[in-house]
Amino acid sequence: MGLRRAAVISVAAVAMLAGGCAGAARPRTSATAARGSVGSITVFAAASLTGAFTDIGAAFEAAHPGASVTFDFAGSSDLVAQINQGAPADVFASADAANMATLATAGNAAAAPVEFATNRMEIITAAGNPRHLTGLGDLAAHDLIVVLCAAPVPCGSYAERILAAASVAVTPKSREANAKAVVTKVSSGEADAGIVFATDVRAAGAAASGVEIPQAQNVVAAYPMAITKQSANPTGAQAFVDFVRSPAGRRILTDAGFGPPRS
Amino acid sequence: MSLEARVARTMGSLQLDVDLCVGDGEVLALLGPNGAGKTTLLRVLAGLAGVDVGRIAIDGTVVDDPLAGRFVPAEHRSVGMVFQDYLLFDHLRVIDNVAFGICARGASRAGGRAEARRWLERVGLAERADARPPQLSGGQAQRVALARALATSPRLMLLDEPLAALDAAGRAELRHDLRTHLGEFGGSTVLVTHDPVDAFAIADRVAVLEGGRVTQTGSLDAVAAQPRSRYVAELVGVNLLRGEGRGGVVRTTADVAVVAADAPDGAVYAVIHPHAVSLTRSAPSGSSVRNVWPVTVAEVGRLGGRARVRVAGPVPLVAEVTAAALAELDLRPGDEVFAGVKATEVQVYPA
Amino acid sequence: MSARRTRVRPPAVVVGLAAVAVAFFALPLAGLLWRAPWSSAWHHLSRPGARQALRLSVICSLWATALSIVFGVPLAWMLARRAMPGRRAIRALCLLSMVLPPVVGGVALLFAFGRRGLAGQFLDRWFGVRLPFSTAGVVVAETFVAMPFLVITVEAALRNLDPRHEDAARTLGASPWYTLRRVTLPAIRPALLAGAVLTWARALGEFGATITFAGNFPGTTQTMPLAVYLGLESDPESAVVLALAMVAVCFAVLVALRDHWYGNLRQPGIDG
Repeated sequence: MGLRRAAVISVAAVAMLAGGCAGAARPRTSATAARGSVGSITVFAAASLTGAFTDIGAAFEAAHPGASVTFDFAGSSDLVAQINQGAPADVFASADAANMATLATAGNAAAAPVEFATNRMEIITAAGNPRHLTGLGDLAAHDLIVVLCAAPVPCGSYAERILAAASVAVTPKSREANAKAVVTKVSSGEADAGIVFATDVRAAGAAASGVEIPQAQNVVAAYPMAITKQSANPTGAQAFVDFVRSPAGRRILTDAGFGPPRS
Repeated sequence: MSLEARVARTMGSLQLDVDLCVGDGEVLALLGPNGAGKTTLLRVLAGLAGVDVGRIAIDGTVVDDPLAGRFVPAEHRSVGMVFQDYLLFDHLRVIDNVAFGICARGASRAGGRAEARRWLERVGLAERADARPPQLSGGQAQRVALARALATSPRLMLLDEPLAALDAAGRAELRHDLRTHLGEFGGSTVLVTHDPVDAFAIADRVAVLEGGRVTQTGSLDAVAAQPRSRYVAELVGVNLLRGEGRGGVVRTTADVAVVAADAPDGAVYAVIHPHAVSLTRSAPSGSSVRNVWPVTVAEVGRLGGRARVRVAGPVPLVAEVTAAALAELDLRPGDEVFAGVKATEVQVYPA
Repeated sequence: MSARRTRVRPPAVVVGLAAVAVAFFALPLAGLLWRAPWSSAWHHLSRPGARQALRLSVICSLWATALSIVFGVPLAWMLARRAMPGRRAIRALCLLSMVLPPVVGGVALLFAFGRRGLAGQFLDRWFGVRLPFSTAGVVVAETFVAMPFLVITVEAALRNLDPRHEDAARTLGASPWYTLRRVTLPAIRPALLAGAVLTWARALGEFGATITFAGNFPGTTQTMPLAVYLGLESDPESAVVLALAMVAVCFAVLVALRDHWYGNLRQPGIDG
């Protein structure tokens, strides 16, 4: 993990420099001057962003000496509830639009949220796909143990939408509390298949395999982020949001399995 | 012989090595200081522990013999045990405590209770049948414990200081009851105590256990008359000296000559009763007192009309004087006085 | 007389700190009561899902308590009475699940009793038994987490019990088994009951190990805590009502048991 992250960070740093030289962006000196005021920021991010944002945070700190980023990774709905209760977040990165809307409705978003990544759903199965699953239709097999996320969490509602749209009737053995729990059940061999985000399959590494769901049947999960109303450091927060959307940030997100934002 | 026991067992620093025989209907009192191994011996006899080497037979049935590979555990020996602190089962009513052993041996609950009620009547506690043990006085609790043990019709009764936890009144009453019930009991009894009064009241015979070994055995009178250890001497309240007898004089281990009326030659014990020791401020001259030693008063204790004075000197002694004599002498610790003993008051017997 | 009364009164510091402790426990409950949607409470509770979860919770926690007693009492007895080699290590092992984060405990249970687990693969292959995603799996997870409470309580009670009572029983002709049933267990009854209640309460509130090992499916493995947790995501009002229902059940049992539990300790003559 450490090694991999170090590699990602160095790639990101090189990309940054390359971007800086090749693009029409600002010369480094003025960028450094702007970085001086970044300070410390706290980012509340959806659990599915854990790997990618940890790497982005490290790259961000490397690019902005003196900056420090603290993350709180949890379910999007938990995070919204905490922010609405006054938790000190500068930036909120959600795994879906609904939870971001909750934040906005409560009047706790400083500006309109921006989409920074997309995610799509994938079938996750044991490493090597021993049951030879090819698509959603196979999940209806009687002897297949399928687990899905519970309806209230995004991966659960997406899975339901996808299955409904494909007219596949699946009786899951369990409605897990989050996508990671589905991954655990599948990678430990307890369940034969589940539906999770493509990024979850990527994060599981060799412990599990993914079966892609065709674009036509799939949903696109948009990841919006916003600076919170109560942010004590809106400048630093904006710098982080910009960094996530920069080529360097995007590259890390792509490596983690995220798609580019729409539009 | 109903109980024949040859017991050798090492427990920590204690090395128990005892031969005991107790006949049918006989009560043997086991006297001894703390740590002498009395309780350990009872546990071994009960089958709660085993011998390392030896053999125990109850009514001719061998219950413990390591060489023969035989060990009968407590629950299969016909033994009744009574403990100093009763060890009644607090969660059971009195009647069920007494019925416990009967039921444990397979009787029905009703049958056990009927038998238990008869035993409660015998110990005079029928009206307390439904009480809980914590509601009983010490004496009542111990009578229940006695009934509980006897109700199983044991062949051997073991009593571990049954009177030690009681106050003086309860003790006298229970001592009487024990004598009655153990007198009616047909099997053998071993009673552990460190009060010679109990032994005298209840037991037929005494064995003195010191440091894991029996140092004296016989009737209480015989043991009291010729103590063979400091423990027994203090128990019966006499001064005990040890020495070499030759020509009517006993030379003690501290090399003091004690003149005795009829001392045998060789290693001997000499006993001097405290009331035979006279204390005077000045050396008696020309009296019949053959033994006079200058001593220092160490301790003065009064008990009713009499006083016991412990003196230190060539021969450490306890003297018993009347309160009047004590007042006249005005003895205080540290006073230098003379202790005198007549030759005829020194009893000497071979060691 | 007044001097005596002064001595009996506890120090002000003790009273103060105890009051803080009570407030500490009372306030979260007050918070739940404050936020509870009383007008719609019955509606939330009478939904089949809620009733199902409550029923499953009660059944599974009682099973877990029963299993804890059946296996935990002998374990406590061995720990208290037998000088086994490595007794401390065994005790530490058996109490491990108290310190293990429950979710980790659940993962460990998967590795042990799951379909591909150390023991689970044989359960599956030989007997066709699969614990995950089954109600039996919920009972296993709850027992794993809750049994140490019983073992600790009963072992402490056994240690405090004078073993000579058992000696006395044996000299009366009672076999070790009879002695255990008629003397030892009744003597530790208050502790056994207290331990069973603790175990039951812990099993009732068990969440992490259950959802990780047994999963979450209404009617099969979704107990109250799982329903409450997932309800917080979608329907916080319902979650609060369900949580309060759980608290009420637990509270009722603890209060009802109290007399029973102390009744045995309170002896005339000892108690004033």
